[in-house]
Amino acid sequence: MRATPLQRLLSFIFGWGAALLLFFPIAWMVLTSFKSERDATSPGLFFAPSLDAYREVFARADYLSFALNSVVISVGGTVLALLFAIPAAYAMAFHPTRRTRGTLLWMLSTKMLPPVGVLVPIYLLFRTAGLLDTRSGLVMIYALMNLPIVVWMLFTFYKEVPKEILEAGRMDGAKTAGEVWFLLLPLTLPGVASTGLLSLILCWNEAFWSLNLTSAGAAPLTAFIASFSSPEGLFFAKLSAASTMAIAPILVFGWFSQRQLVQGLTFGAVK
Amino acid sequence: MATLQLRDIRKSFGSVEVIKGIDLEIDDREFVVFVGPSGCGKSTLLRMIAGLEEITGGDLMINGKRINRVGPADRGLAMVFQSYALYPHMTVRQNMAFALRLARVPKADRDRKVGEAARILQLEPYLERRPKDLSGGQRQRVAIGRAIVRQPKVFLFDEPLSNLDAALRGQMRIELLRLHEELNATMIYVTHDQIEAMTMADKIVVLQAGRVEQVGSPLELYHHPANLFVAGFIGSPRMNLMGAKVVETGATGTSVALPSGPRIVVPVESGTMANGDAVTLGVRPEGLRIDPSGLIAGTVSLVERLGGLTLLHVMIEGSKFVTVQIEGSDPTRTHDQIRLAVDPAACHVFDKNGQALPQHSRHSMAA
Repeated sequence: MRATPLQRLLSFIFGWGAALLLFFPIAWMVLTSFKSERDATSPGLFFAPSLDAYREVFARADYLSFALNSVVISVGGTVLALLFAIPAAYAMAFHPTRRTRGTLLWMLSTKMLPPVGVLVPIYLLFRTAGLLDTRSGLVMIYALMNLPIVVWMLFTFYKEVPKEILEAGRMDGAKTAGEVWFLLLPLTLPGVASTGLLSLILCWNEAFWSLNLTSAGAAPLTAFIASFSSPEGLFFAKLSAASTMAIAPILVFGWFSQRQLVQGLTFGAVK
Repeated sequence: MATLQLRDIRKSFGSVEVIKGIDLEIDDREFVVFVGPSGCGKSTLLRMIAGLEEITGGDLMINGKRINRVGPADRGLAMVFQSYALYPHMTVRQNMAFALRLARVPKADRDRKVGEAARILQLEPYLERRPKDLSGGQRQRVAIGRAIVRQPKVFLFDEPLSNLDAALRGQMRIELLRLHEELNATMIYVTHDQIEAMTMADKIVVLQAGRVEQVGSPLELYHHPANLFVAGFIGSPRMNLMGAKVVETGATGTSVALPSGPRIVVPVESGTMANGDAVTLGVRPEGLRIDPSGLIAGTVSLVERLGGLTLLHVMIEGSKFVTVQIEGSDPTRTHDQIRLAVDPAACHVFDKNGQALPQHSRHSMAA
């Protein structure tokens, strides 16, 4: 059925409306970051743009070390999650037992708890283990945090692979690792990639654990932003500049991988 | 050189036993077909031989060595799947070379073996294509090629032709037979299609509900079915089966009578049968012929003209339909009243348990 002009107009208005609504806070933040601290609280669209806020942010904090922490922790957390999730999802998809379904649901249910509920025990565990304010500590937490989603996504991608292909591989002499490496991973590469991308983005944006478990040494960009909403008073321009710098890498990354991401996330649904 | 022995092979899923003790000998270079209705366990049995399903009980031996717990790749078997199960991300060449690559065969050897298989299967022009760019028949050949390059002791085929159209299926049947000849290999082939079984097998294993009903050459099964199931399953059109009663037993044969009276002396041993016992009389469609002085009267209800053959569906005894197969194009028409003569030598008698009474003489072609 072809859309009438009215329908097309409406979908145009709603589509762009939703997109602008979602994008507005980000646009406003970027805009504010180029204002002077005096203009920052006023809603004016016209102002003399300056880089003062950025200069001050750079002067006050070591952006690059925070950014490096973010990269290391996000990539580390994602890689660690994939390392555990790939065999887990393989086992669940191709050698299911009566309890597989329940296990999957249980894994997902852990995502429904508020993380703050386990903050104290995790904090104490980290303190005892000497993991507070370490990158490896955050890598572990992020991997655990994303594991349920990563397993679920991989599981749905793996389910699409006919069992016979892996059986043929087994007849051809592939052991379990060979099946996964030579057959399963190449066949589900788009899915694995989009799962990894999603995990990367979730890690990058995570603030709760990074704020509570790090102080200076391993703090990622989310902590960098938070350090500008200081009790000395709000400096919106600087805060915006810091935020813009924090989200810029993931924004660029997301822009380049959006095609892959959308394809991966709708993979099961479209078929 | 490969022989297989199955000794009381069993398989259970939980408390459900699906393979209920199978004994079988498969000789070197034999083409063995497992045939049976869907759900009879034939595919499960093949997968157990392949090593893809665990064996719950019994012994599986290849060349006299028990291999129940040997992994699928180390049994020296190759399997062709119903869905072909080609690796979609690899070219035809890579598909066929995969097993050799895993076995760390040097590249030159790999190329030579793949080239050889491609030549046998006429796949040379397609070596650099991916499976999705091939037709069904070509994919089928790649799947076979993947098996050939491994030079397995035994080839396993799981309903390999069921995804092909009728013309291609006939052609692939011949190609498989040619391949069997050329490779001199032992082959085990699973199908539900009794025509494939009849035309390809050296030995047919008829399975039903996880049990072997009969093992034998195609013509042995056709001419000497051991029981009602095999009699009904093998042969197309199906054997005509009619309720009858034993009226006389003797050294020359067993006389049975149809409910409306006609008597036939069938050359089978009576064994413990007594007069009055209920039996089933089986007659192949070609064992009946039109004869004005025949014993059985009937009305033609349908005529199927295949050109070389004519199949008449005839109502006899008021309610029972039998199929009559006549060579050539017969002039008989629907609604004609006819009389049928029965060739006693083409008759079978089954007792009330469905077991065939032994025939006096063996068919010359049924080894």
